Amino acid sequence: MNAQDYILIKWILIPPLVGFSLNLLFKKFISEKISAFTASFAILLSFMFSLISFYKLISLPETIYLKEVLYKWFLVGPVNVEIAFRFDNLSSIMALMVCGVSFLIHLYSIGYMSKDRDIKRFFSYMNLFVFFMLVLVLSDNPILMFVGWEGVGFCSYLLIGFWYENIENSIAGKKAFITNRIGDTGFILGLLLLISYLNMNNIFLFDFETIKNNISLLLPYNLGFPLLSVISLSFFFAATGKSAQFPLYVWLPDAMAGPTPVSALIHAATMVTAGVYMLCRFYYMFAISPYALDIVLYIATFTSLLSAIIATMQNDIKKILAYSTISQIGYMFMGVASGVYQTGFFHLITHAFFKALLFLSAGSVIHALSGEQNIFNMGGLKNKIKYTFLAMLIGYMAISAIPPFAGYFSKDLIIEEIYNSGHFYIWLTSVFIAALTAYYMTRLFKFTFLGKSNYKKEPHESSSIMLIPLFILAFFSIVSGFYVDKFMHFTLAEIHESSAIPFMVKHLPLFISLIGILAGFYLTNENISAYLEKIFKPFCLLIRNKFYLDEIYQFSIINPLRWVSNNVLFNAIDRILIDRAMVEGSGSVLYRIGSFIRKSQNGNLQFYAFVFVISFTLTLMYLMAVIL
Amino acid sequence: MNSDNLLILSFILFISAISIFLTHKNLLMILMSLELGLNSANIALINFSFIKQSLEPMVWVFILFAIAACEAVIGLSILIMILRNFKTLKVDEIKDLKEI
Repeated sequence: MNAQDYILIKWILIPPLVGFSLNLLFKKFISEKISAFTASFAILLSFMFSLISFYKLISLPETIYLKEVLYKWFLVGPVNVEIAFRFDNLSSIMALMVCGVSFLIHLYSIGYMSKDRDIKRFFSYMNLFVFFMLVLVLSDNPILMFVGWEGVGFCSYLLIGFWYENIENSIAGKKAFITNRIGDTGFILGLLLLISYLNMNNIFLFDFETIKNNISLLLPYNLGFPLLSVISLSFFFAATGKSAQFPLYVWLPDAMAGPTPVSALIHAATMVTAGVYMLCRFYYMFAISPYALDIVLYIATFTSLLSAIIATMQNDIKKILAYSTISQIGYMFMGVASGVYQTGFFHLITHAFFKALLFLSAGSVIHALSGEQNIFNMGGLKNKIKYTFLAMLIGYMAISAIPPFAGYFSKDLIIEEIYNSGHFYIWLTSVFIAALTAYYMTRLFKFTFLGKSNYKKEPHESSSIMLIPLFILAFFSIVSGFYVDKFMHFTLAEIHESSAIPFMVKHLPLFISLIGILAGFYLTNENISAYLEKIFKPFCLLIRNKFYLDEIYQFSIINPLRWVSNNVLFNAIDRILIDRAMVEGSGSVLYRIGSFIRKSQNGNLQFYAFVFVISFTLTLMYLMAVIL
Repeated sequence: MNSDNLLILSFILFISAISIFLTHKNLLMILMSLELGLNSANIALINFSFIKQSLEPMVWVFILFAIAACEAVIGLSILIMILRNFKTLKVDEIKDLKEI
């Protein structure tokens, strides 16, 4: 692919940064309304510039992408790293999605956060987040991408702990941040290996195009495990942190402590999908590294299954959606690993729409019930909050993969591609996860909107500024699926002919999803669910406690670490070795020596004279002994 | 003149200067013993002048005289200041440096 210079790309990034600076620096001088307005307007501007760049891009031939080099970032010897942005078929769609969804969520936040006293801080963080997300998406080299990668993690931390007066929220923020940092070691490791081995082969430029053209140079290297696999898996480890996959997914359910628009924007639509985006970016590397895609596929399937199972027994509306997000991101990784990464990427986009929609609707429900989050304390909201009900219905249909909603097209495509890649059992699992998805979403939907009402306070419909974004997102959740062919063409995907797939395989996911929905309605009836719970009691307990994974981490990792930090690092090394021995020790040694030598400083002149004469004589004798 | 005799005289003078320097408690005596020590060095230098058959050590004697004069002036003035401040010249009574 060839680059073409284009000067508008930086203008996609500048408005959110300006919005952030305005909200931060002129906090005292602007009213809350102006703050919210400028923040939203900044994102709208970004969206406009993305659109303009997008039209420029599609007017060009397929093999050309837009690129803007702002300046040289640093030069280390021959290594040359630039601040450069890239607008190609991946990043253009991602940037459009990020700006569009962010804008809608900013609008929604104006209504949702209107009672909050810290609305300016909220909007400044949100704008900063969008800025970093765009840096991540548009960067043209992995080093700049890492800046955005860290930046979004930091903003996520800030926003999870937004209501910092409650200690639980701060703890959840810390958990998210620390878990992400563990993943980031993988990013740094992969980056260092990639850069150093490319340097050995005299490659000193690290934009994605150069890496892509020269990645095969690294194929012969072997570090006990093929080098490319090590690099790929390091990057995937980073993705498991950011995108909440198996070993590191535990932070995402806790991250729901943040305000609901934050959950929708950061922990459903944009930031958590950054890992998938990075895998798409580095797909050429994963594709030629042995084992890498298989490992990604297995881990993604496992995560997806695990979190879907956990989601079936949760009671908190946002927690269910959080586990569902983990499960859907697992789908995206499965799509990437199935060999046609565009399927995963397409699911990323549709998921961004319908999951943002679901989260915002859930926020609207929570708002309507003045902060109630337990689905068993809802029920019967269908007639009370009609518009939210409608929006949620569309989101629910979309995630359950019912045609003609968006989820059907993207999820079906992934499942088909998994079938085509020849992993039969993975395919079977993915179909089963589709059923589970339909089941838990039905359960959520049923207890929230249908049945008899259990709420305490009278619900009230949200204001129109919250409902408009819901409808726009609902619109996209319906129509975005129809663009599947155009999307695949635009991202240069090579989709297998769907006629080559057996009829059963083609239509099984839909059938299974319908069964899941029926099960969701039927199995959650009070007496049946009580009966089932009695039969499968240990199972239910296991699932309800999330397979005790948090506890296992607590015992196997956190407690030993804490013990080591407390006893070895703090008490032995810091307190005894550094404080006692080195800091106080050096002082006290000097003090002791001083108190001994002080005896000689007695002020007796004759004693001084005596010492002087004796030492002079001794020196003289020594010198004479040496000379003679 | 036998040059060894001069050297022995110089040695005797130096030893007596050192012994006065170490044993006497009066600062004035100590200062005078230093002068004596310097003069013993002068005698030694004169001796070397005989040995080397040159005038160079002699010249050094005159430089040493000048230094001794300066040193005596400074030393005596310090002694006067000490006498004013401490009202004594006995070294074992001037012990302000020792920790209290």
